[in-house]
Amino acid sequence: MSKGILYDATLCIGCKLCEKGCAERNGLPYDDTIAAEQKQSEHKFTVVLTRNDKFMRRLCMNCQDPSCASVCPVAALRKTALGPVTYDASRCMGCRYCMLACPFSVPKYEWNKPLPLVRKCDMCFDRVARGLQTACAEACPTGATMFGVREDLVSEAKDRIAKNPENYVNHIFGLNEVGGTSVLLLSSVPFEEFGYRTDLSGEALPLLTYRVLSHIPDLVTIGGVALGGLWWLTNRKNELVRAEHGNSDPTLGGRNDYAKS
Amino acid sequence: MQSPKITFWRVVLVLILLVGAYATVVRFTKGLGASTNLSDAFPWGLWVGFDVMCGVMLAAGGFTLTATVYILNLREFKPIIRPTVLTAFLGYILVTVALLFDLGRGYRIWHPLVMWNPRSVMFEVAWCVTLYSTVLSLEFSSVVFERWRFFKLLRLQKMLVIPLVIAGVMLSTLHQSSLGSLYLIVPNKLHPLWYTPILPVLFFLSAICVGLAMTIFESSMSARHFGRHLELPLLRQLGRTLLVALGVYTVVRFQDLLHRGVWHLLQWRSPETPLFVLEMLLCSFAPICLLLIPKVRNNADGLYLSSVLCLLGFVTNRLNIAITGMERYAGQQYFPKWTEISITLAIVASGFLIFALAVKYLPIFESEVPRQSLAVPETAGGKLPELYHVES
Repeated sequence: MSKGILYDATLCIGCKLCEKGCAERNGLPYDDTIAAEQKQSEHKFTVVLTRNDKFMRRLCMNCQDPSCASVCPVAALRKTALGPVTYDASRCMGCRYCMLACPFSVPKYEWNKPLPLVRKCDMCFDRVARGLQTACAEACPTGATMFGVREDLVSEAKDRIAKNPENYVNHIFGLNEVGGTSVLLLSSVPFEEFGYRTDLSGEALPLLTYRVLSHIPDLVTIGGVALGGLWWLTNRKNELVRAEHGNSDPTLGGRNDYAKS
Repeated sequence: MQSPKITFWRVVLVLILLVGAYATVVRFTKGLGASTNLSDAFPWGLWVGFDVMCGVMLAAGGFTLTATVYILNLREFKPIIRPTVLTAFLGYILVTVALLFDLGRGYRIWHPLVMWNPRSVMFEVAWCVTLYSTVLSLEFSSVVFERWRFFKLLRLQKMLVIPLVIAGVMLSTLHQSSLGSLYLIVPNKLHPLWYTPILPVLFFLSAICVGLAMTIFESSMSARHFGRHLELPLLRQLGRTLLVALGVYTVVRFQDLLHRGVWHLLQWRSPETPLFVLEMLLCSFAPICLLLIPKVRNNADGLYLSSVLCLLGFVTNRLNIAITGMERYAGQQYFPKWTEISITLAIVASGFLIFALAVKYLPIFESEVPRQSLAVPETAGGKLPELYHVES
């Protein structure tokens, strides 16, 4: 069963314990200065954004069909059946195509290291694999961040909106965005206010490239035959001309001409 | 050995290479953060936009001309095939060098060859570029075999030419277009003036235009600087073909803009507009208008000027896609740091330097082995028949 995270901003008190739990699990430094940083970075995989008394988390959405995993030329990024999108640092060559392709601009880079790596939240893959919940969900004192089976979380989110429609924007962010994400968000204020894009299509982005890439085998076979045939035709034409003119024109090709000239 | 003469361009070349060497030290000791203006919001900059995307594009002369000579059998173009294949080969080597700078961990550049992800456009590009570089090196090998008189190998190479050329054209078609496909996955990030589902088609068509323009440019340059005889009739024919190719490209480009209804985005105050207009002027209108004038397209300087404008136009196009078109989404401007620029300059300069050296020491422009010579059976003991008199 594919797991997921449901973050309900209306229950969030902005305590940032999720940030702290995340930093501990990932072996990252965490202090008051870092806590005050309002953006994701290579040392901060999740952030609680604060606007007046409203809060919103940002973390890797762990897409159902992730762009990053689709574009990675070395398959360092992968979507696991459990839900998390993992990163195998030993494969990464640092092309940063994942950073360009991610519709949420989640992957961050260690720009100041001579041998850098991509850093991002992997939905605590090791913990989830052991049957535990993510570090952020475990740290959350109010249940604003909830871990579970994605389908259950979707029905839970729908229930909450249905029961208290006045508390919520009528939208589960991540239900359909770019084909759905493992992380689902609920909010009382429009998601745009926290920098989330609402113009994302409901179709997984990798399909845009797959539609083109899937034609390549056909293109190669058709092209190979067409080019080979074209060569045969033009050669034959020149051969005939040459036969007529008694092989006098050196600029004309012939069947064996390429092997001589 | 006499010491080389000191000329203005040689001094410039040495300076560029020295600054480039210093920038290289900075890049590999301090990392990408210190040596580039790249950031999490702007992960691809000059090295991808110019060195890689334009580098591959400018090497398109290789497949355009080999297809013309060997597939379409227009043998009269044969005299310019060696410098063109050399340029393409150099182009791909320099693209690889640039990638070693741009990749966070360049020493893993071979990973895509063993760690597969066939769903990735970049994976496909990596394979195509690797295979095509191999094809180019084999196509170019005849020059080396001829220079050092490996005639058995030379004959083997001649036998393989047609399959090699067909493979080369296929691989080029695939990766030239795939450089455009790289951006298909960012419909929300790339500005709609440049984002279109037909990016791969546009990239392929423009590669053909650039291939033709580059061949004209390079033949003219060689005539100017290496005292080589200019094949004006050939260049005229290339110029006419370039006019047709540019026409097709422009029509497809305008149809696409029209069908997607994005003209309203060309507003005076938007920062994308001037660069879009510049690009269209340079890669479409100016060279097309020039080449439509018979006086220009039949004249060596006219052809040279048209090809230079066309090349600048498509370089602008690639930079617009890689940089200008991504700035709005990133919410920040990107301008390359001095280190990025000087390394790029050094890579381009070494390209010119290697080309000049190759022309000096290899039979690039000289007449090829007399055609009947290879038909002569080789004498025993590897002794060379009388007919082999290669000027070297």
